[in-house]
Amino acid sequence: MAKRRRPQGAPSLDLVAGNGLINRRALLGSGITVAGALGATGTMTGAAAEPLADAPWSLAVGQTLPGVQTPSRFEKDVTRALSNPNGEFRTSHARTPHHLLGGTITPNGLHFSINHSGIPDIDPAGHKLVIHGMVRQPLEFTLESLSRYPLVTRMAFIECAGNSAPMFAKEPLQTTVQMLHGLVSNAEWTGVPLSTLLDEAGIDPTAKWLVAEGADAQFLDRSVPVKKAYDDALVAIYQNGEHLMPGNGYPMRLLLPGYQGNMNVKYVRRIKAINQPAYSYFETKNYSQILPGGKTWRFHFVMEVKSFITHPSFGLNLKEPGVYAISGVAYSGTGRISKVMVSADGGKSWGEAALQGPIPDKAFTRFVMPWRWDGQPVILQSRAYDDGGNVQPLRAEFVAMRGEASKPVTTPLAFPNQHYNSTTSWAVDSKGEVKHVYA
Amino acid sequence: MFTRRILAAPAIALVFAAGAASAQGLGKPLSESDLKQWDITILPDGTNLPPGNGTPAQGAKVFAEKCSACHGDAGKGAVAPYYPALVGGQPLTNGIDTVKTIANYYAYATTIFDYVRRGMPYNTPRSLTDDEVYSLTAYILSLNKLIGEGDVMDAKTLPQVKMPNRDNFIMPYPDRL
Repeated sequence: MAKRRRPQGAPSLDLVAGNGLINRRALLGSGITVAGALGATGTMTGAAAEPLADAPWSLAVGQTLPGVQTPSRFEKDVTRALSNPNGEFRTSHARTPHHLLGGTITPNGLHFSINHSGIPDIDPAGHKLVIHGMVRQPLEFTLESLSRYPLVTRMAFIECAGNSAPMFAKEPLQTTVQMLHGLVSNAEWTGVPLSTLLDEAGIDPTAKWLVAEGADAQFLDRSVPVKKAYDDALVAIYQNGEHLMPGNGYPMRLLLPGYQGNMNVKYVRRIKAINQPAYSYFETKNYSQILPGGKTWRFHFVMEVKSFITHPSFGLNLKEPGVYAISGVAYSGTGRISKVMVSADGGKSWGEAALQGPIPDKAFTRFVMPWRWDGQPVILQSRAYDDGGNVQPLRAEFVAMRGEASKPVTTPLAFPNQHYNSTTSWAVDSKGEVKHVYA
Repeated sequence: MFTRRILAAPAIALVFAAGAASAQGLGKPLSESDLKQWDITILPDGTNLPPGNGTPAQGAKVFAEKCSACHGDAGKGAVAPYYPALVGGQPLTNGIDTVKTIANYYAYATTIFDYVRRGMPYNTPRSLTDDEVYSLTAYILSLNKLIGEGDVMDAKTLPQVKMPNRDNFIMPYPDRL
């Protein structure tokens, strides 16, 4: 392999936007080029204060291996944030700690969950999925029978329609990306195309809707367009390679890539083909939206193009000026991410971030923007674009269309409205402290 | 690579399903009569509403016994902040964060019957008889002045209740159906 030519002289920073955003191509070069472009922050000549010594864990034999491994004890703070830690008779939310994760896959133990009536303790040997209604032949499936189909694997994010709801507040809540955006996660899902099962049952071509129902204590049900079933819906039985987590639908769930999380019915036990929507409780009330002026939206379904910066973010303060990677996740319920722009000056100028491939359909893509912070106050933002031409709206645009909460929002657990997909802004002050702002 | 795998897999699945259908498939055939207990989906036009009936007065008794612990006296709500009031509601023009209620939001009264029967009382779901569900639905509708105090709710009358917000909904993306 030919040796890359080393840049001559002092490395020049190829700035692409204000307040130190560096051309993403700095990330594409050899290690030397990266180091050159980013520049060394410390002195190269000084000796360490003390010589290096071997650590205690290197001087003894470690523990033997467990059957199921769990994260290091030093990772004990990497947990989901719980809205109902004492198990009261109400909905429970568990939010993903995006500020403590990297890459795009949400580990199964940290995938967000919302359960409106607890987690059912389902024995897969006794669980049935029935497809009936406007079909030639009603059919019953089990985990075992579904496992015999040629399974399909894909990446997909699942996002609660109420994710980011605290951002409807007039004043920015000072809280983590976990509390603001923790009701979205991303995983690899494996299952049977729903269309295969509908074809086998012989669905009536005039059926326009499916009512999907779970086996939880409320038999949670949602109306789903047949069209979506034939686009890309799965009955998923694996999540990141293992059977689904109990809080994510064990032993089977609907996967409707890009659609409101609540529609991806967990513990799915019955799918009825019908010719009109059921107007179930959840589609009637929770998962439809009030618009400014009092009109109301229903059957919105798609979680729109969105991104947020996870590093740095509230709670991850910068210790010193120097080089950092601004990083976050972008996703769209209508397709693939085509571009993420990042600003460090509150939206005055934007530079294009590097996207970590591959870039899957309706799934997380991580973006990275090399950045040199000079110690002055900055405002960091990201803005995602998808391959269907959709653009994440700026906050002013979004508020003009969707409005803001009329009453103060005092907790990030509140849901003043739903389907927030505008930009998130993190202000870094001269001490490196990160605050949530609107810009 | 990833893209190609995704595209290829459904094609295989379709071939498999077509083959399986002729060789009986993997789904176990059922008859609709096997599904009687399971098929609890109620549609806005009243499809699948069960026999039975109830009045607001009957519902008031059931409510006091089985519902008021969470939903408060006469559905005024909110013994704890988590349990919604079942009566009243502000105009939706008050703001995008207006609390959605039966009176100010629900499009169809059948939704109340469907949800109470599937999920209430919260800690003992599906312990109510269909008559109790009809009477609770009647009671809640009557508290909200959406039906008269003497009106009987059954499979015929319930779908005819006109909910105030029904015509206020917009479907932003009809192409998604």
